[in-house]
Amino acid sequence: FFLDIAWWYYQYQRDKIEDELEMTMVCHRPEGLEQLEAQTNFTKRELQVLYRGFKNECPSGVVNEETFKQIYAQFFPHGDASMYAHYLFHAFDTTQTGSVKFEDFVTALSILLRGTVHEKLRWTFNLYDINKDGYINKEEMMDIVKAIYDMMGKYTYPVLKEDTPRQHVDIFFQKMDKNKDGIVTLDEFLESCQEDDNIMRSLQLFQNVM
Amino acid sequence: MAAGVAAWLPFARAAAIGWMPVANCPMPLAPADKNKRQDELIVLNVSGRRFQTWRTTLERYPDTLLGSTEKEFFFNEDTKEYFFDRDPEVFRCVLNFYRTGKLHYPRYECISAYDDELAFYGILPEIIGDCCYEEYKDRKRENAERLMDDNDSENNQESMPSLSFRQTMWRAFENPHTSTLALVFYYVTGFFIAVSVITNVVETVPCGTAPGSKELPCGERYSVAFFCLDTACVMIFTVEYLLRLFAAPSRYRFIRSVMSIIDVVAIMPYYIGLVMTNNEDVSGAFVTLRVFRVFRIFKFSRHSQGLRILGYTLKSCASELGFLLFSLTMAIIIFATVMFYAEKGSSASKFTSIPASFWYTIVTMTTLGYGDMVPKTIAGKIFGSICSLSGVLVIALPVPVIVSNFSRIYHQNQRADKRRAQKKARLARIRVAKTGSSNAYLHSKRNGLLNEALELMGTPEEEHMGKTTSLIESQHHHLLHCLEKTTGLSYLVDDPLLSVRTSTIKNHEFIDEQMFEQNCMESSMQNYPSTRSPSLSSHPGLTTTCCSRRSKKTTHLPNSNLPATRLRSMQELSTIHIQGSEQPSLTTSRSSLNLKADDGLRPNCKTSQITTAIISIPTPPALTPEGESRPPPASPGPNTNIPSIASNVVKVSAL
Repeated sequence: FFLDIAWWYYQYQRDKIEDELEMTMVCHRPEGLEQLEAQTNFTKRELQVLYRGFKNECPSGVVNEETFKQIYAQFFPHGDASMYAHYLFHAFDTTQTGSVKFEDFVTALSILLRGTVHEKLRWTFNLYDINKDGYINKEEMMDIVKAIYDMMGKYTYPVLKEDTPRQHVDIFFQKMDKNKDGIVTLDEFLESCQEDDNIMRSLQLFQNVM
Repeated sequence: MAAGVAAWLPFARAAAIGWMPVANCPMPLAPADKNKRQDELIVLNVSGRRFQTWRTTLERYPDTLLGSTEKEFFFNEDTKEYFFDRDPEVFRCVLNFYRTGKLHYPRYECISAYDDELAFYGILPEIIGDCCYEEYKDRKRENAERLMDDNDSENNQESMPSLSFRQTMWRAFENPHTSTLALVFYYVTGFFIAVSVITNVVETVPCGTAPGSKELPCGERYSVAFFCLDTACVMIFTVEYLLRLFAAPSRYRFIRSVMSIIDVVAIMPYYIGLVMTNNEDVSGAFVTLRVFRVFRIFKFSRHSQGLRILGYTLKSCASELGFLLFSLTMAIIIFATVMFYAEKGSSASKFTSIPASFWYTIVTMTTLGYGDMVPKTIAGKIFGSICSLSGVLVIALPVPVIVSNFSRIYHQNQRADKRRAQKKARLARIRVAKTGSSNAYLHSKRNGLLNEALELMGTPEEEHMGKTTSLIESQHHHLLHCLEKTTGLSYLVDDPLLSVRTSTIKNHEFIDEQMFEQNCMESSMQNYPSTRSPSLSSHPGLTTTCCSRRSKKTTHLPNSNLPATRLRSMQELSTIHIQGSEQPSLTTSRSSLNLKADDGLRPNCKTSQITTAIISIPTPPALTPEGESRPPPASPGPNTNIPSIASNVVKVSAL
């Protein structure tokens, strides 16, 4: 008898969850291929390949943060990529709606892979600027750097020490913060990066990823 | 990394730009993109149904057939597609695996067919998705059980010749249907068990008595008769137990087994009664011992499968039974305590103590309600009603589990029985089909032979007997023919008319099994004595077969080319005997032939040591396949005979 009660309750809860799921099942279709081709630097073929992969993982046509994190985590099995994915997601989600449509995805990828140096740097600045106030302060940078170190995982050589991220951020700020006011503006960032050959070279690294 | 997210790798790499400004050192070089082919569609033609997919989809799993270069073996240049001559239904599942990364098992598919397909495509079944994995494992287990059953029964049938007397006896005890004697024994013991149980029961029934004396139970009135009956039964049981003990493969294990304990307990009271008769002190204990005679009824469990299943079920539901017992005990104690204290106040209450209340609680919880103890106070009545209500629940809980277990085991048994029954029909069908095909071969041979014979005889009008065999059949027959030629043996056509006519051409005919064995045995038996001609004359047919077998070895080559010489040779064959080589050569011949010792049946056939230059009989290693496939039943006999015979009859044919 008690088993029956328990069973009925469990079913009831499950039905509730199903109702909730149904409401979030939204479908979105991207704009036409030609439009996207015009807006981005990808060819039709590349867009097709991208969309196929996108639709495979996200049949509903939009990526939410959870899925985004899961997908990104698959590439970094040893560490915890969730924080960096979180920041990435918010960089991709320009309209802050909480979901990334294919157009946003492709636009961002177009900048990252086929954009000019200026565009790439601007995008990166946007990534670092967590609260999107136009300035990067030390706390934001700290978060980003920690997120990057988290992706490495626990088992590293040499072992990650407590203040390594902090030192890293300090170096960064020394390089980027021209007027030493504790924040990095977009212009400072752009200028500093363009002065650094390493960064310039590495930005060109992923030119041919597609 | 799951296959699907491989498409997201460009995104992940692009996102790495975010690390660049933070990095202090230069980045490593990107791997050179080897000539990137544009992703192309490839066509997979599976038995006519065309599937198309991207090449990269298939390359997600490079250690499977489709993902590796192995599929190039199936590439059809003309149609520029990959052709697989396999089941398209299962291929659908396989291709979906590449697409989605999840392998599903469709319920309508046969498990062994599915396994075969997976093995072909190089996919491990372990990666079947969770959604279908349980179903797959269940089906696989059932299939394995079926195979085990088949193997077991096969083994049972094949191991007959090598059992000792003791083992045959044990088998007879365990499986009464194996031999008539065992069946008789089985029924006799069953009858005596029934007799014993009935006498136990009837013993206590009061029979009518002579007026004036007290009514006696039958046991005391006809005590002699009952004693005789009891003695007889116990005799039978004792003998049976001792026989089982003798035949058991592991006596220690047998003694510990349940059935043997029951047997012992069933017959002990009698012997104890014999030993201690008329001893007043222990007669009370002796009477109790007679109770154990009722255990004889458990001996029926050997006879009844249902009883065995019930016992097995109870054993397998031990945990549920334990739970039932435990919960009952808990409830009994609780309610007994409550009832005791509730009824304490009332006068002349039957609930004198808590253990006394146990009886009430049990009777109430099992809804028996004898009414010998009833609560009188209101509180007692309330608690009593709660007790009975909860009793129903507590008892009803584990019972369905036990019932379902019993049902499952019972159905399993039924399935096994059904399989066994169907197996007989299935084997019969297979045998019919086999003999049908072999008959077809014989028939065609007959036609072929007749044709050849008729060529020999020169009667052309009967030549066209109608070669109605299809291409496949003719190829098959050709194959069998090649086998015959290879082995130098042939099969005997079981047709007197034909054998008369084609006695000269017995060289390459297929013998059917019984004739062969019979011939072999008889011929070997007869050819042991050195006198050859009597044996020859007395059994021309047999010896000719043996001869023919040997002559095949010699004349198989000329046979095909020189029919005329064949005739001649056969005629000469029946009259020529040559004293063969002695023992050592025989043994060496045997060893050189690498034959088993039980091929002693064919000493005459192994005439490889003829030193006469007339014939060189090729050593018949080809005999071994036949030798191995037909274990001669009476192997011990001829084997012992061989060494004792100095000479060996060797029949050769002169070319």
